[in-house]
Amino acid sequence: MSVFGPVVKIHPVVLASISDSYERRNEGASRVIGTLLGTIDKHSIEVTNCFSVPHNESEDEVAVDMEFAKNMYELHKRVSPTEVIIGWYATGFDITEHSVLIHEYYSREATNPIHLTVDTALQSGKMNIRAYVSAQMGVPGKTVGVMFTPLTVKYIHYDTERIGMDLLQRTRLATTRTKGLTSDLSQVGGAAARIQDMLTTVLAYIEDVLSGKVTADNSVGRFLMDLVNKVPTISAEDFENMLNSNINDLLMVTYLSNLTQAQIALNEKLVLL
Amino acid sequence: MKGDAPKAEKCITKFFPPFSGVDQHRLMSSRKESTSTSVAAMASTSGTLDSPVKQIQIEGLVVLKIIKHYQEEGQGSEVVQGVLLGLVVDDRLEITNCFPFPQHTEDDADFDEVQYQMEMMRSLRHVNIDHLHVGWYQSTYYGSFVSRALLDSQFSYQHAIEESVVLIYDPIKTAQGSLSLKAYRLTPKLMEICKEKDFTPEGLKKASIGFENMFEEVPIVIKNSHLISVLMWELEDKSTAADKHELLNLSSSNHLEKSLQLLMDRVDDLNQEIVKYNTYSRNLSKQQQQKHQYIQRRQQENAQRQSRGEPPLPEEDITKLFKPPQAPPRMDSLLIAGQINNYCQNVKEFTSQNLGKLFMAEALQGHN
Repeated sequence: MSVFGPVVKIHPVVLASISDSYERRNEGASRVIGTLLGTIDKHSIEVTNCFSVPHNESEDEVAVDMEFAKNMYELHKRVSPTEVIIGWYATGFDITEHSVLIHEYYSREATNPIHLTVDTALQSGKMNIRAYVSAQMGVPGKTVGVMFTPLTVKYIHYDTERIGMDLLQRTRLATTRTKGLTSDLSQVGGAAARIQDMLTTVLAYIEDVLSGKVTADNSVGRFLMDLVNKVPTISAEDFENMLNSNINDLLMVTYLSNLTQAQIALNEKLVLL
Repeated sequence: MKGDAPKAEKCITKFFPPFSGVDQHRLMSSRKESTSTSVAAMASTSGTLDSPVKQIQIEGLVVLKIIKHYQEEGQGSEVVQGVLLGLVVDDRLEITNCFPFPQHTEDDADFDEVQYQMEMMRSLRHVNIDHLHVGWYQSTYYGSFVSRALLDSQFSYQHAIEESVVLIYDPIKTAQGSLSLKAYRLTPKLMEICKEKDFTPEGLKKASIGFENMFEEVPIVIKNSHLISVLMWELEDKSTAADKHELLNLSSSNHLEKSLQLLMDRVDDLNQEIVKYNTYSRNLSKQQQQKHQYIQRRQQENAQRQSRGEPPLPEEDITKLFKPPQAPPRMDSLLIAGQINNYCQNVKEFTSQNLGKLFMAEALQGHN
């Protein structure tokens, strides 16, 4: 039996969903549980969706609304038929005995379910996100216990997700700067500013190396060589030509679209005469 | 919790929410969220909006869900749609959650839709998610979303729920580097017209609707709760994906080609509509002429008869003789004009971005 189980790849939407359900939990509940949906590969499990399931937990018993879980899974299946139940999640730091019971239920739904814990109460100062898979342990013949073995967790996202996340990341900075969600040139300006920042950092490093403050690192030097060589050497004339033809294309298209807009505006006025 | 569900023309069926206004459930739930950091976004609206909703506040979760829905289910098909849930606070519309709609593959989708929606809302209520319908979202292909179906759906939504909006998510533009999410509502004038169903030229003239005041855009703000902010910090740490900087990509011809192709198609459509309208007005004026001639001839005849002492011919009902031609409905041409406008705007945005990038590339070369 392999010690390291499959790698668990999580999409950010799942974690955001879990945090949101934690914030909306009922009075008195200390944690939230729910089902994880996703796809299973040979060596990795990709978690792409989740939904929370109402449950009641007290000292000695736990009740999970199974009907609800089944129902929600059916509804979700209508939208994305490729997602299957791959496990369940719970907020909170530890794994309690109740978790074992819940895990048993989920093993009926899915083969070898994974258990994800997200520490939303931030007990250790960070939000620990861990995944486990259950394994039998104990002396054969006697009482068999269940052990949760940790798995490696990775975060993956689609390209568009990453772009969305970039925007969300910027909400972390408590500024009152207005940033255009849709405006055109300022986005390019923003990207250019970011590259400029990166360049200044690199330049500072080079200065340090030159003045001897930091020892030169060969691999970094090689990266820098790559960087400088990436700007293609084209003869000035060729480049002028390319640049001009591209700019002409764009200007022509702008002119055409302005013309079209003027045309339909005129048409409008004429019709409404 | 049953409500009657009048059906929209094509896709989204509507569902009257059990509570209107502020959601009581939200007041009761122990949501540990307060004001938090936000990024304000100014969209290019023309002046102030006189609608009940001045700003839209979207949670990061909704954005991620919409992106995911398109990514997984939307490749190749026309549009993906879903429902937005949230509540209204003052003059802000807060969108706190959403759920996707299954695709239309079978034809028995009608009944399933309403049931699906009701089931979903009921289940979400159990976990304290706001279940007040506040709008719907749709993905678009290169910005082509101004269509009859959208108009009808949005009209039925807005008719039932005053503050609803439609969120248009443009995945292709987003893949080019920056999230493209816009919120639209129908202007009150357009609502009036849709209610009357009076799409004749006279009706539109009365309301003086141009393609520019069909939809109004509402600015969007993205807001995250504190916990989600913590999550963001964590992911920033742990995430190993390198930035790809698609925004600074120089290749533009592909995108331009497609946009222009769509623009040309639309202009052709508009052309046809205009031809239709022209024939109509020509017919109308011809008919006017004929009417004139007829009346004149009648008068002449009557004068002759009078001079001969015979009783004048009865005045026949002019309108029965000359039935006025059917005025072509102008709604389609209005929609097409709006769509063309949208395309042009997108193209202009795109070209301005690319011009900036080209100048930057020039600067880079210059230093070389």
